[in-house]
Amino acid sequence: MTLIADLWAELYAVLTTLVGAAPYIIGYVLLILLCGFVWSFIKRMLTPKSDYSSLKTVTFGDESSVSSDTVASVVSIVLIFVLWGTFTGSKFLPGFMHMPGAFEGTSSFDYTVEANGQSDDATVAITVFPTGEDVDAPAIEAGEGFAKNDALALPVYRSQLLRVDRNDTLGRDAGAQITAVDGQPIAPGGQVDVDFGVVSMTAKGTLNIKPSTGWQMEPIWLPSPEAVLSRLGEIATSGFRNSTLAEHLGFSLFRVIVGFLLGAIVGIPLGYAMGLSNWFRGWFDPIVEFMRPVPPLALIPLVIIWAGIGEVGKIILLFLAALWIMAIAARSGVSGVRISKVHAAYSLGASKWQIMRHVIIPNSLPEIFTGARVAMGVCWGTVVAAELVAAEKGAGMMIMVASKFQSTDIVLMGIILIGIIGFTIDMLMRWAERWLVPWKGKG
Amino acid sequence: MSGLQIDKLSMRFDLPNGASVQALQDVSIDLKAGELLSVLGPSGCGKTTLLNIVAGFLAPTSGEITLNGTRVFGPGPERGMVFQQGALFEWMSVRENVGFGPRMKGMAEKPKREIVDHLLNVVGLQEFKEKAVYELSGGMQQRVALARCLANEPDVILMDEPLGALDALTREKMQGLVLKLWKETGKTIILITHSVEEALLLGERLIVMAPRPGRIHKEYNLPFAEMGVGQDLREVKKHPDFATVREEILSMIWDMEEEIMGGAAK
Repeated sequence: MTLIADLWAELYAVLTTLVGAAPYIIGYVLLILLCGFVWSFIKRMLTPKSDYSSLKTVTFGDESSVSSDTVASVVSIVLIFVLWGTFTGSKFLPGFMHMPGAFEGTSSFDYTVEANGQSDDATVAITVFPTGEDVDAPAIEAGEGFAKNDALALPVYRSQLLRVDRNDTLGRDAGAQITAVDGQPIAPGGQVDVDFGVVSMTAKGTLNIKPSTGWQMEPIWLPSPEAVLSRLGEIATSGFRNSTLAEHLGFSLFRVIVGFLLGAIVGIPLGYAMGLSNWFRGWFDPIVEFMRPVPPLALIPLVIIWAGIGEVGKIILLFLAALWIMAIAARSGVSGVRISKVHAAYSLGASKWQIMRHVIIPNSLPEIFTGARVAMGVCWGTVVAAELVAAEKGAGMMIMVASKFQSTDIVLMGIILIGIIGFTIDMLMRWAERWLVPWKGKG
Repeated sequence: MSGLQIDKLSMRFDLPNGASVQALQDVSIDLKAGELLSVLGPSGCGKTTLLNIVAGFLAPTSGEITLNGTRVFGPGPERGMVFQQGALFEWMSVRENVGFGPRMKGMAEKPKREIVDHLLNVVGLQEFKEKAVYELSGGMQQRVALARCLANEPDVILMDEPLGALDALTREKMQGLVLKLWKETGKTIILITHSVEEALLLGERLIVMAPRPGRIHKEYNLPFAEMGVGQDLREVKKHPDFATVREEILSMIWDMEEEIMGGAAK
């Protein structure tokens, strides 16, 4: 019963987050519709095309008349970068496109203290300095009256408690009480808007100074594009953790390629054997069918226990990830051969070996290529995950270590590079498929 | 002894539920070299089983097949086969498909190319020889299949509804081509078809088979194939005998079909 209650609480938390995100999601959808509307308006201005598709009157529900709009793709990608820049105050964008940033610079507010029936004002000078710098609070004159002026310096995005009465002649201990900030009355638990943000009062009467954080993301959550780019240049030239960027990525790719090739070298003959012999199919079916649904990631702990965190362990893992996929692809490639093709080859005088060489293997190649594409994708995902767990070098290791040091720019850069490489692998496989097996799906 | 002898062929196979099906019973056909036999019958009468046994893809329960005095056991290049469709190798060009048989025999490149070029001329595909087979229309693909079969110089050509998937116009043209090839090459041909008209037009001899068990119901010797050589096939169809025989066979097959349906209704 506690389990159900716990799960319900978790679900509630998830739903609350979703509801909180809803305005942003709705805003994004509206942006998509707006861009689409604008583009359709612009398109009407251009010369109308009269290809076959544009002359169709029934388009809603006709799958063949829906194709990916290149303009939409370009705008969507550009918009991601624009939004990224807008919310991080990127230098790549003109200033008017930035969201309001966090308060930085100097400001001040006044406070009013009452003690023993008297009232006095004093000023607090605030300096908000950029992260990474260290600025001392400015020197100020104490001023007249029993309430003395104060000064405070704090880094951007932070807030700070300040006992403004600590230097006053009549302090809290003498019964003094702050009654107003910038002329607006304040009580314990209340707050007042000031020029640079908010000043609130704790239950005990201490002021908490919270300079405005604006709408921009703090670099620790989301660094700006130029920060990520400069980090890319820095790591590409001087490296990260004793290895250059090329070494990190190269090691990941090396593991994937070696693991995949070994998996294919073993898996394809295994699949052929399963497709051609009852005995082999009976023998390996239970093993393959059991291993196939086991996610390769679940094998990581065992592989680390058996083979450590070095190259051998990684390659064993990727070998296992590729093996079953390739075996199943080769098996279905062989089983998918039309019997009339085999019969035709026999009637044309082909021997068993010739049938294998000229009919069964070419017929299975399209399936094997599909399997190889899937296997490469799985291997790439698995290698990154395995490196996240433990590795000396590699793309996954790079972002994991960076996250421990809160170097969000490196994490972001790593994720982008991992995505680009994964996408490139898939594109290369597709291209190779078109080039090597043009008869795919034409039987 | 030349020609193809099919002697008392029977085929029975057991189903998983314990019952058994008599696909063929005592089918005997004696085919002289150079004869064209068409085989007709309602579905399930064992025509395709018969052809698969002659081709050597199936072993009969009893009976035997003899070609030119030699008993047949498995598939072999002396019995070429033309399938309905989908039996071309789509990873090879038209030329490679036609040259497949000679290549399997290890024939040298030059004589092989001569055979392929000659046959592509005969079937009228000379200009398509470098194309991939999936770029051709259905009728052209069947021309390739015919040429591929002929390239191997088989003694017997077995055709399993080779024109069944073609549209009516293409089919008519292809029937003329089959007749022409038969006359020019002098091959023995067994043609299985669903179309009574096709069976009459192409078959020098015609066998109507009956189902349950599959057996020979009636045999005809026909003049139309001879008439059709070098003539418009539509003229042959106008012949009064053609219509008579066609009606006779059609009603024969209808009766059989009705019997099957009646049996199923009980």
